[in-house]
Amino acid sequence: MLIAKVIGTTVSTIKEPTLEGRKLLILRQTGVDGKPIGKPYVAVDTLDAGIGDLVLTAHGSSGRQTDLTQNRPVDAVIMAVIDHLSVGGEVTYQKE
Amino acid sequence: MKIARVIGSTISTIKSPRVKNTKLLLCQETDHYGDQELGTPYAAIDLVEAGEGDLVLTCHGSAARQTQLTKETPTDAVIIGVLDHLEVDGEITFRK
Repeated sequence: MLIAKVIGTTVSTIKEPTLEGRKLLILRQTGVDGKPIGKPYVAVDTLDAGIGDLVLTAHGSSGRQTDLTQNRPVDAVIMAVIDHLSVGGEVTYQKE
Repeated sequence: MKIARVIGSTISTIKSPRVKNTKLLLCQETDHYGDQELGTPYAAIDLVEAGEGDLVLTCHGSAARQTQLTKETPTDAVIIGVLDHLEVDGEITFRK
């Protein structure tokens, strides 16, 4: 799983029929401090995450192990919204 | 899932029988503005009648085989949606 920040939303009228009604959010991977690293990517939101939230995303076939994504063309899913992160006993990120 | 621009198409006479009736488009990954190119171009099976120049979402790995058209085919990338617009931090970063 990757730590990522929700940075935006996508809107698409024409999409694969089994993905209709699914919320697809734009994310950017971050470090443990919530600072962005790496390229942006898109994941299915199963938890009503919002813009600015730090989340965990599961990738590959693991991304289809939820009721909302099972048997659908999904390779990344938001499976947790992070409240805080701590590394070595120190809090590195705290949700506002 | 990746945000990508359709930059071309592929034509091949000799192909695996299971992907015979599929349209293979060339995609170039972009950032969430749809303008900066990231990485190298790749081919993906089109499920949504995307056209050259369209910004699309592509799905990778085993997720690409979760559709009627690609089930049990040698496929590792599909176009699952055509993007109408993208919004990042409350601002529209791309509009079709």
